Amino acid sequence: MFIATSVSSGVVVLVGAVFLASCVEMVEALTIVFAVGHIRGWRSAFEGTGAALVVLAALVAAFGPALVHVPLNILRLIVGGVLLIFGMQWLRKSILRASGFKAKHDEDAIYEETVATLRATGATPGRDRIAFVMAFKGVFLEGLEVIILVITLGTSAHRLGLAAIVAAIAVVLVGLCGVVVAKQLSSVPENALKMSVGVLLVTYGTFWTGEGLKVKWPGGDTMLIGLTAIYAVITWLFVLALRRESQSRSNAMSA
Amino acid sequence: MNEDSPLVLRLIWGFARFWWDFLVGDTPEIFVAVLVIVGAIALLSEGGHFNASAVVVLPVLAVLTLAASLLRATRSSRRE
Repeated sequence: MFIATSVSSGVVVLVGAVFLASCVEMVEALTIVFAVGHIRGWRSAFEGTGAALVVLAALVAAFGPALVHVPLNILRLIVGGVLLIFGMQWLRKSILRASGFKAKHDEDAIYEETVATLRATGATPGRDRIAFVMAFKGVFLEGLEVIILVITLGTSAHRLGLAAIVAAIAVVLVGLCGVVVAKQLSSVPENALKMSVGVLLVTYGTFWTGEGLKVKWPGGDTMLIGLTAIYAVITWLFVLALRRESQSRSNAMSA
Repeated sequence: MNEDSPLVLRLIWGFARFWWDFLVGDTPEIFVAVLVIVGAIALLSEGGHFNASAVVVLPVLAVLTLAASLLRATRSSRRE
């Protein structure tokens, strides 16, 4: 009974973290690909996307299996540290956005910015190199983040296959949504997604940094649920406190 | 690094820049704090009651790091 509970809590947190992180990154990549496709034609957009996917697959094939040979404690310490850094960066950004200290991540603005850049460069004869490079860069950089998360989370939890399947489902789902609505995904509540992923990444980061340093967490994997709850409450408190501060600042400025 | 540099050099430069942006970016305080957290827990392992202290100290240090980084961000926005 206990084993079933601890396995399922670890899996739930893993699936949640990988799925949400993949959705967020996919939305960002898709926005750029749509901008390139609409302005410069779909051929260059698809070629850039395809080339990026091939390079990403090659990177996974080259580095993925090698990670299995790294001793588990060292792997978990490195992965834990990276996830703590990455998770706190996401959490910090989303808290600042939710409290009004930073402008919300606006997919419409990214779309317009990409469109403006493409229009400014003008048409090129033959193959559209600029459109190809923009689509490639967008998909490659966002995809690389997904791959780092899938490999680090999946390998450390001994569930690389599951993490890869969940990420693939997220990528296909967001892609299908993008195709159906045929526009950038500005209506996705990206900040809320980012905040949830931040909480989960910091949770895993704390857990594996501890495991890498031979900390025995009370309750084993079940502690992941406890840490998620603690970080979620603290995030909510930070948002409330900063929202009040932001509000009092704007009141003072308007007075 | 410009367009005339050899491709290999540009790739290495791009790879290094990606990891720098990924791990440090505009929040060097988080990067440094995580190194300090790892060092602090490693030091704790040398003393007694390691596990009980580490289970508490690790999440507390993570929350303090986040708080310090948020404080830095709000202060810099106050100056702007």
